[in-house]
Amino acid sequence: MPRIRSRSTYPALLLLLAGGVLVAVAAALAHAEPATSAAFGADKKPDLPSLLTALPAASFAEKRLLIQQLLALRDPRVRTVLQAFLADTLVARTRDQHVFVGESSDEHPGQLQLTDALTGASAGTESSDDFDVIGVNNQLRKELRVALAQFDLASPDASVRLAAVKEMLRALEPRTQQLLRDRLGQERDASVKREIQVGLALADLDSDQAVTRLAAVTELSNSLNPDVYNRLSSMTRNSVDGSYGESDASVRAAAARSVRSIERYRSFYAAIQTLIYGLSQGSVLVLAAIGLAITFGVMGVINMAHGELMMLGAYTTYVVQLLMPGHIGASIIVAIPAAFLVAGLAGVAIERGIVRHLYGRPLETLLATFGVSLILQQAVRDIFSANNRPVITPDWLAGTLQINDVLAITYKRLYIIVFTFALFLALLAVMRHTRLGLEVRAVAQNRDMAKAMGVRTEWVDALTFGLGSGIAGIAGVALSQLTNVGPNLGQSYIVDSFMVVVFGGVGNLWGTEVGGNSLGVVNKLLEPYAGAVLAKIFVLVFLILFIQRRPRGLFPQKGRSTDG
Amino acid sequence: MADQLLAGPLASLRADRGGRYFLCLLLATAVAVPLLNSLPGADSALHLSSFTMNLIGKYMTYAMLAIAVDLIWGYCGILSLGHGAFFALGGYAMGMYLMRQIGTRGVYGDPVLPDFMIFLNWTELPWFWHGFQSFPYALLMIVLVPAALALAFGFLAFRSRVSGVYFSIITQALTYALMLAFFRNDMGFGGNNGFTDFKDILGFNLQAPGTRIALFLATALGLAASYLLCRFVVSSRAGRVIEAIRDAESRARFLGYRVESYKLWVFVLSAIIAGLAGALYVPQVGIINPSEFSPTNSIEIVIWVAIGGRGTLYGAVVGAFLVNFAKTYFTGALPSFWLYALGSLFIGVTLFLPYGVVGAVSRSGFTRLRGSLS
Repeated sequence: MPRIRSRSTYPALLLLLAGGVLVAVAAALAHAEPATSAAFGADKKPDLPSLLTALPAASFAEKRLLIQQLLALRDPRVRTVLQAFLADTLVARTRDQHVFVGESSDEHPGQLQLTDALTGASAGTESSDDFDVIGVNNQLRKELRVALAQFDLASPDASVRLAAVKEMLRALEPRTQQLLRDRLGQERDASVKREIQVGLALADLDSDQAVTRLAAVTELSNSLNPDVYNRLSSMTRNSVDGSYGESDASVRAAAARSVRSIERYRSFYAAIQTLIYGLSQGSVLVLAAIGLAITFGVMGVINMAHGELMMLGAYTTYVVQLLMPGHIGASIIVAIPAAFLVAGLAGVAIERGIVRHLYGRPLETLLATFGVSLILQQAVRDIFSANNRPVITPDWLAGTLQINDVLAITYKRLYIIVFTFALFLALLAVMRHTRLGLEVRAVAQNRDMAKAMGVRTEWVDALTFGLGSGIAGIAGVALSQLTNVGPNLGQSYIVDSFMVVVFGGVGNLWGTEVGGNSLGVVNKLLEPYAGAVLAKIFVLVFLILFIQRRPRGLFPQKGRSTDG
Repeated sequence: MADQLLAGPLASLRADRGGRYFLCLLLATAVAVPLLNSLPGADSALHLSSFTMNLIGKYMTYAMLAIAVDLIWGYCGILSLGHGAFFALGGYAMGMYLMRQIGTRGVYGDPVLPDFMIFLNWTELPWFWHGFQSFPYALLMIVLVPAALALAFGFLAFRSRVSGVYFSIITQALTYALMLAFFRNDMGFGGNNGFTDFKDILGFNLQAPGTRIALFLATALGLAASYLLCRFVVSSRAGRVIEAIRDAESRARFLGYRVESYKLWVFVLSAIIAGLAGALYVPQVGIINPSEFSPTNSIEIVIWVAIGGRGTLYGAVVGAFLVNFAKTYFTGALPSFWLYALGSLFIGVTLFLPYGVVGAVSRSGFTRLRGSLS
């Protein structure tokens, strides 16, 4: 649908002027010459079929009257007709002037998919050569848009009404203003009402009565609409010739008050936005670190291949999407257990093959697992190529939650916060309330004693490592929606994730959750002042200094130990 | 007194058979390589190309770096995953000197400002660039900057007893933070591109064969000196304490040794050697950029030491040469094979050769000896 949006008022004014002249001429014509069809008879009330029949042959001026008459029918079918009319898809068959809605189809070029305009029934496809589009000009388009908005304004659905109000406010003219004022009296939905009030108040700012302007300014004092903010602040400013945007001093003072009030609201919502952005960035850190909190925190194994296990999870998502191309929406849900299995099994293999032989030699473990990470990276490069793989974002993850005019949050950010927290709670539950969790904690506290009590420590080691690795795989699924899926995905998180675990306190899941989120928020708070890179550097330096002060992190593990 | 000072390293060398072999080999290389490079004609079979000489020179700076890491990891048990940072800082200090030597021969021809500053529309030299036109000042900075960073970082870390894997992780964070910082254009170190396109060192053209040979000899000298210095340190009385700290830190502390001071000074010494290695690396390679700070680089250094055999010093040299020679060969011949080989090498060495290549060789000699006795 083509949209005409006049940024400057002059073209709009010219258009109005030209339209006015046209209307006048058309009206004169209509009066001078009695209408050719029955539809124009003033005495007889027209019905939908007769109006539709009259449409193809009508001149632009006649069409304009026809639109008014169609609107007056208050028939739900009219909306489809008007919309098709606006979109240039209302067509008339050349041989019998029958009116259809004709959509051109991609499968059959040159053919039109027909819907009967009157009955709404499908009428098959026919060659587009047999049809004429019922033409519109810009004047009529405007008329149609207003008519559609008017139609929607009477809709029982509040969201349809809201959209209609917004549409009308884009180009307010006396006629639509009156429509809105009428609507305001009977409107019950708060958000629609508010929208109308703001729109009308904005229009009132142009009034030549200072009292009206003053009332409008006061009315707008808590609106977050960016247009309102721009208008009000331009009223308080000096223009080039030294005069104020607003001539009346009391109105100007009120406008200044309103601007201040709006700024307070704005900074409040900006703070909320920073908080949510920070939490979502922190959640990414937590995602990257939470598997590590198990393998490093609980088992004390430095797994440098942790990032590559996340990479495996991300690639699993990619493969799952390849396997089920028709169900992208469900693919993410399927990918979560799949990634857990793939990364978890890889983890068990690493533990059984390498880490098991190196317990008690953490630095050697670090080197060996770094070797694993190099091999995994190269394997992925050989199998999937060195380029990034495209992972599709399902529709239910895309989009933005528009809370108000200044606060909008993408669903991805919200989901990542919720998802991370859910994963964290699930992991916490596993560690606290399952047999495996109990045995893991027992082995971590005192391996020999646990063994003496009949715990199969080797088995517990393998499963713990598998659990931590599987969680890394799940994190990879989430990361596939946020960053590029390539062989280097893991490397970019490895320093961050170790820092988060150490910052939170090794062996403490709560520490990882709180630590990661607070680092994310701090990072976002610094960003406006320092820029993204410098903020990250500050956070790293802060972490280095923090670890000097509290070597055991935010929430140190209680217990007695020595380096022997 | 002077007698004792000189006697120390030499006496320590007497018990160090591997070190004697290494120094003899180094001497032979230092004599043979420049001779083979300059004497035979370019088409002779004995001719050694300048490229190869440059490559060996580069490996020698890596070997210095490996010795520095072996000193703290092999003898003091401190695993630094950020030693690449000291190497890069030394390299940047040398790079700043070389940039100032370009003078009016840059693309924009400004007598004072390096090209990248003109490109960023800077009008005057930042304060930390002053003085780098003089070689002695640059040399001072090559030593002082890594030393100061190591001193500050080590002082904080060792005083609060950050040790083991925690220390490794924060050193990794240190080099990562520095990498991010040096990538920024605003830092005044050329951002992404770093420094390159050098012309002169001490008034000699860097491309001239004579300068290349001189740089090669300087690197060989630096490697030998680093080795002797480290050998002296580890075989001194202080070296015994350092090894004691590695094996049982708490016990050494309870015996009354100031564990933190020992660790700190070894760490600073190691950082200085790493910085000098970086300074020798830059004029031979002709470029320095922020990727030298990347955490992966620092891990690779540790790998050289592990593969060569830690706690021997010459093992570090062997590891640096072996891994880098393999890297140069395989990245050319079998590019995708290289990472598999390197990865398997890390795993294999840590699992099967805990004392590295050097340890495996000397151990097999030992078992053969024992076998013949019984």
